[in-house]
Formats: sequence, structure tokens, C-alpha cells
Amino acid sequence: MSTEQTGALHPGEHLDHEHKPRGITRWLYSTNHKDIGTLYLLFSLAMLFIGGSLAMVIRAELFQPGLQFVDPHFFNQMTTVHGLVMVFGAVMPAFVGLANWMVPLMIGAPDMALPRVNNWSFWILPCAFAILLSTLFMEGGAPAAGWTFYAPLSTTYSSDSTAFFVLAVHLMGVSSIMGAINIIVTIFNMRAPGMTWMKLPLFVWTWLITAFLLIAVMPVLAGVVTMVLTDKYFGTSFFDAAGGGDPVMFQHIFWFFGHPEVYIMILPAFGIISAIIPTFARKPLFGYESMVVATASIAILSFLVWGHHMFTVGMPVAAELFFMYATMLIAVPTGVKVFNWVATMWRGSMTFEVPMMFALAFIVLFTIGGLSGLMLAITPADFQYQDTYFVVAHFHYVLVTGAVFGIIAGVYYWLPKWTGVMYSERLAQTHFWCSLVSVNILFFPMHFVGLAGMPRRIPDYALQFADLNALMSIGGLLFGLSQLLFVWGVVRCMRGVGDKASDRVWEGAQGLEWEIPSPAPYHTFETPPVVK
Amino acid sequence: MTSNASLVRRLLLVCVAMFGFGFAMVPLYDVFCRITGINGKTEGVAAAQPAGVDLSREVSVEFLARSDADMPWTFVPLTERVRIHPGDLQIVEFEVANRSGEALVATAVPSVSPGEAARYFKKIECFCFEEQALAAGETRSMPVQFYIDPALPERFRNMTLSYRLYKSAHTASR
Repeated sequence: MSTEQTGALHPGEHLDHEHKPRGITRWLYSTNHKDIGTLYLLFSLAMLFIGGSLAMVIRAELFQPGLQFVDPHFFNQMTTVHGLVMVFGAVMPAFVGLANWMVPLMIGAPDMALPRVNNWSFWILPCAFAILLSTLFMEGGAPAAGWTFYAPLSTTYSSDSTAFFVLAVHLMGVSSIMGAINIIVTIFNMRAPGMTWMKLPLFVWTWLITAFLLIAVMPVLAGVVTMVLTDKYFGTSFFDAAGGGDPVMFQHIFWFFGHPEVYIMILPAFGIISAIIPTFARKPLFGYESMVVATASIAILSFLVWGHHMFTVGMPVAAELFFMYATMLIAVPTGVKVFNWVATMWRGSMTFEVPMMFALAFIVLFTIGGLSGLMLAITPADFQYQDTYFVVAHFHYVLVTGAVFGIIAGVYYWLPKWTGVMYSERLAQTHFWCSLVSVNILFFPMHFVGLAGMPRRIPDYALQFADLNALMSIGGLLFGLSQLLFVWGVVRCMRGVGDKASDRVWEGAQGLEWEIPSPAPYHTFETPPVVK
Repeated sequence: MTSNASLVRRLLLVCVAMFGFGFAMVPLYDVFCRITGINGKTEGVAAAQPAGVDLSREVSVEFLARSDADMPWTFVPLTERVRIHPGDLQIVEFEVANRSGEALVATAVPSVSPGEAARYFKKIECFCFEEQALAAGETRSMPVQFYIDPALPERFRNMTLSYRLYKSAHTASR
């Protein structure tokens, strides 16, 4: 499979038993799933800080009412690019990175099925984000229509950087689709003997379903940005009523992509939590089959609920009722998952290492985000909540304390396996508690100002929201600074500082990834393990 | 188990199909809206004469007219509101004036609110059926002849017919 092994050893050359290529080309030309996984995770970490800096511009402007630092047009660029960077640059690549590292190890495969595609799908990403971020320095500025780039904001009223934005989104889409295809082929074709479908670890199951969602909806995103491009530059009228088009249709097509997209960003986190909870509760996962079925049902239902993002566009009552009930139906499989996690912990011998702490915070805080989602699903109530900070609170609870906490939990959980070194528990616990407190200072008051009517995506606000906004901005700064502790902890491990980790790492850990040495050798499972 | 290559081919086919589906949503959207009549779009062709008049009730119809942002025309309904029995033929006039120094061609795009009532709004004659060419400074009065289909469900008592005037793609200068 790998060509490096066939190279003859020259006299005097140091024998590297792992046959790692050296220098920058190791990373540029890498087809090794572990190297590419590392690249994805580091890229995502960098994007987290870039996206976070943009968010801090937003929070600095909102620290006080009135206009302080930036003009409204620049503020709109910040909300837009923050959203795009976090969704496509931080959360999605982090999950692909975890999949790269863990899926082959969990199913007993020597590597991903398509290693060169894997290399390509990663290296497209830095190019895509270089293009996207370069628009910040262009005349007319970056895209400012929101990450949802509704027409006509993104067509008639957008700056000329729209063309760069469209190209960047196309590249991100190509990268995601190639990554998804790779993961599907790997899971279908490279499972170790005896690794039957219903023995797959849940992280593998959730990623398989996520990958199918990706190949189903990323092409639709590609379609809608292409329509924006031709509407703006080539005189078509997909979204322009003057030529017989309809701007509302943009929202239908966008959210047909957009709603499955939000599950793309949470299903792998469900998989991570389903791996961590049994380990630290020292009990097998409760209701494995129901977890698989629940994940698949969430994925299928995600195609039927896009209308709940657009209750206020003037849909007929019948459609609003359909989307309301379909949305609420998703609470059932999601509830099954939460109950299964709780039941797994029930009478378990629990310990509270940092991965478990993040997983527990995930369950509580993600559920808060889920419940505010149910409030938003109530059509008549949504007419008040639409486009307020309540919506911002909702999706940050599911994306930050949901997806991002899930990713951080997964990183702490597998970091000793990757680096061979145990992270500093004290540093990590400090990181956890700082994050937990600051993230709630940051996002919880958004529920209140939102219900009281503070609109999102506006650089100024009414005076009665001043105190809570100042508090949220402080929370944001603290949350951002807390993540430096995370970087410190990760860098320590990458440099090999800390206690040596055992092969199993965690007392209660189950699964093939814990059967190999720590740190995981460069090549693993060259002879497939037999799963009983 | 299928080989990697054939699995990749199938998955790529799904991607291409979904890309096509994104574009297929454009005509599907129109067809769906026409069948269900939920988008407030009225028929672009003349309707038949009304079959009869329902004298038992009246419907209030309001009229709105707007010019597109970069359209140097004024466009107003000469009647703001009428109360008519379903089945009654009614003519209302809209006045349009080209304030610019050049000849322009315009299209008026109608919309009926509430959207579900649009299919009961029958136009026998309308300036929106064709493009309107106005010389520089010209003013014109444009008629709409319509009736409300007596099959209109009882729950609709008020309707609004609104027009938005766009510069036509056929205008040479853009």
C-alpha cells in the first residue's frame, strides 16, 4: 500500500523504523491517514482562532451601545466571515481530522481507502481559506451578506469579492465531498475481518451517516453558489423577480443544504460522546442499536425540516404546520440519544477525567441548545424569535457547547494515543472550568436579550441591552483566552512533555484503537486484526 | 462488497445527481407553486368570462403599485380599494409615467396576497400580460379587468393585488 517501504536503505542512513519521510514534504505529499488527520486538526485549530478573532471584533463593537470601533459594513463582514470560517474551517475539518485519525484505527484498517484523494482533500482547504480570507483586504471588503448569503444581499447588493467567495465555497465543497467519499469507501471496504456492521464503534457509524449527508447536500450548496455567481455576473435571474426569478427560492435551496449541514456538524460529536461516556462510566453503551437507528432517523428527517428557518417569509399555514411538526419529531431520536447516554452512566463506576467532563458538559449544554431549538420550531413563537439574539444563543449552544465541546472532548480522549503522552490533567481541568464558565457568560444572556427583542447582525442596540452585552463581551474574551490553555496542553503533548501513556490509556477503554501501542505507530494494522 | 473504484463511481454519481437536483429545484419550485397556488402568483394569460355572480357576499380588494428601486418611473393605482361580489367584472386603472429622459420598456410583475387566494383572482385583461414601452416623459393609464372566482373560500374577505414595475431585459440600456 505505501510506497515508502520499498525504498532501499542507503549505507550510513539512520534507520527510521517507521519510514517517515522528513521535512515539509512529509506533510505536503503525505498519504498517511495519521499525518493528514493531524494536518486537518491543526488547520481547524488555526481557523478556530481566526474565526474567534473575528467574533471578538463583533463582541468589541457590541461591548457598548452606539458605534465604537467599526462601521456597519465591516461589522457585517465580520459576522459573515466568522460564520463561514467556523462552519467550514473549524468544525467540519476538525471532524474530518478525527475521522482520518480514528476511523482506520477503529475498524482495523491500515489506512484510508483512497490515500491520495485524502491528501488532496486536505490541501485544497488552506487554498480555499486563503481565498476567502484575502477578500477581507480587498476593495469593497469581504462578503457581508451573512454566512447564509441570502439573495439579493449576495447578488444585487454584494461587493465584487463575491466571485472569490463563490470560488472558495466551491473548493470547500470539493474538499468535503472527497473527504466524505473517502470515509464511506474506507468503512465499506476496509473493515477488519469480523468487524460486522453492528459491531462498528458509534463514532464510525455517525461518521458514515454524516458522510452520506455530505455527498447529498454539498453539491446543492455548490449549485446555489453557482446561481448566485451567474445572477451577479452573467445576467441570469434565478433570484431576481425582474427576470421572473424569486428571492425566496434562494432560501429554499440554501436551507435544503443548510439544515442537513447542521447535522453534519453535530452527528460526529454524538459519536465521540458515545465513545467517551462508556469508557468513563465503565459500562457498555446503553442501547447501541437504538443509537444507530436514532442517528439515521435524524439524518433522514434533516431533509424534511428546512422550512423552519424561513417561517416568516410568508408560507401557507399548512406548510408551516408541516415544518413545525417535522422539526419537533427530530426531538424524539435526539431524546433517545440523550437518554441512552444518561442510562449508560446510570450505576456506572464513573470517574471525571477531562474528556468525561467535556462530554458531561456537552450533554447538558447541547440539551439546552436543543430545547431552545424546540422553542424556535413553534411557528407562532418563531415570529417573535426570528433574527433575534435568541437564535444566536440557540445555535451557539449546539455548535460551541455541542460540536466544539465534542471535538475538544475527543481530542483530550485520543491525544494520549496520538502522542504517547498523557496531557496535564490539572491544566486540562483548568481549561475545562474556564471554558465552561466563560462560555455560559458569553452565550446564556443572549437568550434574554433575544427574547427581549435584540436583533442579530446589527452593530448597535437599544440601551436596555447594554449591561448584558458588556457581560457577554467579557465572557467572549474569557472564552477565547481559555482556549489558549487548550493550545498549551496540546503543544505540551505534541512535544512529548508529560507522563508516558499506557497502550489502553483509560482503564475502561474498549475498541481496536486501544489495542495498538501509544503513541500509535506510523503504520498500523498492516495485518488486519481479527475481531471476535 | 464492491470494489473501491465502482463504489467511488456510484458516490460521484450521487454528487452529480444532487448538483443537478439543486438546479432542478428551480423549475420544480415554479411547478409546485403553480399547482398549490401558494406563491401569490396569478396566471399570466387571460381568464374566461365569469360564470355567475355570488351576491351573498362581498370581497374587498386593495391595489398597490411600486417601481423597482432603479426605475425612474412613477406608478400608482388610480383606485385604492373596491368592494365587489365574487363574479362581478371590475376594471381598475393604474397610471404610469416615465420621468426619465429616455424611452424605456418595463414589465409589471403581479402578486396577490394572501397567496392561497391568488388562483381565484381571474384577470381577463391586464397590462402585465405584455411589456410596456414608454417614450421619454410619456404618461399612460393602464387597465386591469378582473373578477374574483365565486369558488373563493369564505375565509377570504380581503385581498391585495400588488404590482412591481421592473425595467425589462429588452431595454437596450442597462
